Amino acid sequence: MTDTQIAGAPSAGAVVSKGGRKKKKDREASLWSDAIDDLRRNPVFLIGAFLVLCLLVISAVPQWFTDGSPFDSTACVLQDSLKTPSAEHWFGYDIQGCDVYTRTVWAARNSVIVGIVTTTLVTVIGGALGLLAGWTGGIVDSILSRFTEIFFAIPLLLGGMLIMSALPGNAWTVSLVLAILGWPQIFRIMRSSVLQNKNNDYVVAARALGAGTLRITLRHILPNAIAPVIVVGAISLGVYISAEAALSYLGIGVQPPEISWGLMVSDASVRWLQAPHVLLFPAVALSITVLAFIMVGDAVRDALDPKLR
Amino acid sequence: MTIIDKTSNVPAPRSAPEGTPLLEVRDLHVEFHTRDGVAKAVNGVSYSVSAGETLAVLGESGSGKSVTAQAIMGILDMPPGKIPHGEILFQGTDLLKLPAEEFRKVRGSKIAMIFQDALSSLNPVHTVGAQLGEMFRVHRGMSKKDATAKAVELMDRVKIPAAKARVGDYPHQFSGGMRQRIMIAMAMALEPDLIIADEPTTALDVTVQAQVMDLLAELQREMNMGLILITHDLGVVADVADKIAVMYGGRIVETAPVHEIYSRPAHPYTRGLLDSIPRLDQKGQELYAIKGLPPNLLNIPSGCAFNPRCPKAQDICRTDVPVLHSVTEQDGTEMPGRGSACHFWKEQLHG
Repeated sequence: MTDTQIAGAPSAGAVVSKGGRKKKKDREASLWSDAIDDLRRNPVFLIGAFLVLCLLVISAVPQWFTDGSPFDSTACVLQDSLKTPSAEHWFGYDIQGCDVYTRTVWAARNSVIVGIVTTTLVTVIGGALGLLAGWTGGIVDSILSRFTEIFFAIPLLLGGMLIMSALPGNAWTVSLVLAILGWPQIFRIMRSSVLQNKNNDYVVAARALGAGTLRITLRHILPNAIAPVIVVGAISLGVYISAEAALSYLGIGVQPPEISWGLMVSDASVRWLQAPHVLLFPAVALSITVLAFIMVGDAVRDALDPKLR
Repeated sequence: MTIIDKTSNVPAPRSAPEGTPLLEVRDLHVEFHTRDGVAKAVNGVSYSVSAGETLAVLGESGSGKSVTAQAIMGILDMPPGKIPHGEILFQGTDLLKLPAEEFRKVRGSKIAMIFQDALSSLNPVHTVGAQLGEMFRVHRGMSKKDATAKAVELMDRVKIPAAKARVGDYPHQFSGGMRQRIMIAMAMALEPDLIIADEPTTALDVTVQAQVMDLLAELQREMNMGLILITHDLGVVADVADKIAVMYGGRIVETAPVHEIYSRPAHPYTRGLLDSIPRLDQKGQELYAIKGLPPNLLNIPSGCAFNPRCPKAQDICRTDVPVLHSVTEQDGTEMPGRGSACHFWKEQLHG
């Protein structure tokens, strides 16, 4: 057998066909394995992924990073109110005399929950309905699209304030509210992606070879249509985290005694000229978190959609 | 015996006696309802294919040859497509009257189709092995492992080198000819009784065309399948087809056994097609082309659809639609299988 070496060009098809077995290492790959390969070499992704990983660990087991607990009311002593950072207490104390470092570490969990739960809900709801609307078309599509537009018209913060006023304030309800207001975006992307893909020749071919509707939708259309949804989902994860902070800052998101960076910023803002460190640490934590998720999302977008480069 | 025979709610199911063609299309009409009006893509097409026989459907773009095939496969988009009347009898059962789910079971297992552009007809995100195996998993309920083994077997059968190593490759990693072989393998997977090949070699270069056609013909012989070969390439037809149906403006204008049509066409359009093949002995001369354009399907000319382009058109051609006349020799002996939809077929054939 001729062992033709091919230099990674997908268009070298004619050569490939004679080439026989290729090593796993230099095989040309699908969109997905190509994307993973790209990501591995992308520093933006690596930094972002590292930060995200740290964040996930911190929010899963905050007790590894701090001895204190924000839910221990005896830990806060008013005498310590607004004390500046020291070797013992890196981030200083807040107005109530609680350790800012402990609270910042523990607050990560709510942000991560909101980000992940909201993104999952939005992708599942928006993705499923978008797939249904795009594939079925006709009256189902019209009804779903109009229904979506109603939600699309509600501003995120305004709608969030309205709905949250009737719900207990914790990470789960905030996620739910953000998901209710956020799914139309994914719906639209999924729908248009399906519309683009459903007239492809391979869909017609699958039909001609006897595949049923469900199989065509799930096996042939979905894998080809899902890339843009993943991209938008990854990027909006960071956006949902900052939306939670905004709602909490306004006092309608996560409620005390729960903790959240938004709440901490809100508490600190009253005296921030006097004690900027109280405001600084949760704000920086929030920024880094959002940045990390957006970096990952951006890198995923670049990897999945080479046309944007 | 077959899936079709089990369907009890099909009107007038007939078992197919010997000699009945495998597929018989009768007076098929297909229209597309568009904003600009009704496009009549197929206007009363009838043809038949028997087991082991190859029918070549010849015609230029827009002649309705692909639409007829799509109607047989049941993959017309309806709406905007519509089949106002006609019958498609497959092994004695009218496919158009089958419930959707029964029709789906026929597709792939009894009738399969090969498409023109293999790259876009294969799903880019699945390996060829998965796509070939899918045939067995959908229709035969095989396990993933068995299906992959079958896929390798199929790839061997269509002569893809190192099939075992390549079963996990993606469509874009194959050359055009190899991809078309995979398309053929997919269509052949369940050993259907009828294959419709819609311009299977148009997207390939000339040397590969011959290989792919040979392969197709070989597999057809082995499995004794009926083959409908849709093409606009007269050269491809000559080698493999048994009989030819020439289509123009959604109708069949001439039918004939393959070799007779080359020597003695009975329709001016067929004559024009044959004359437009470049010939070595006419080197240096201007190439012949049929003047004018194919008819606008929204507004097909009255009478014979070919009349505006026909060099022999007379008044009757502009008023009366010619039926498909049985063609006879000058002395009246029958010429089996021959027909011409021309008012002046005698003059064309004998003149």
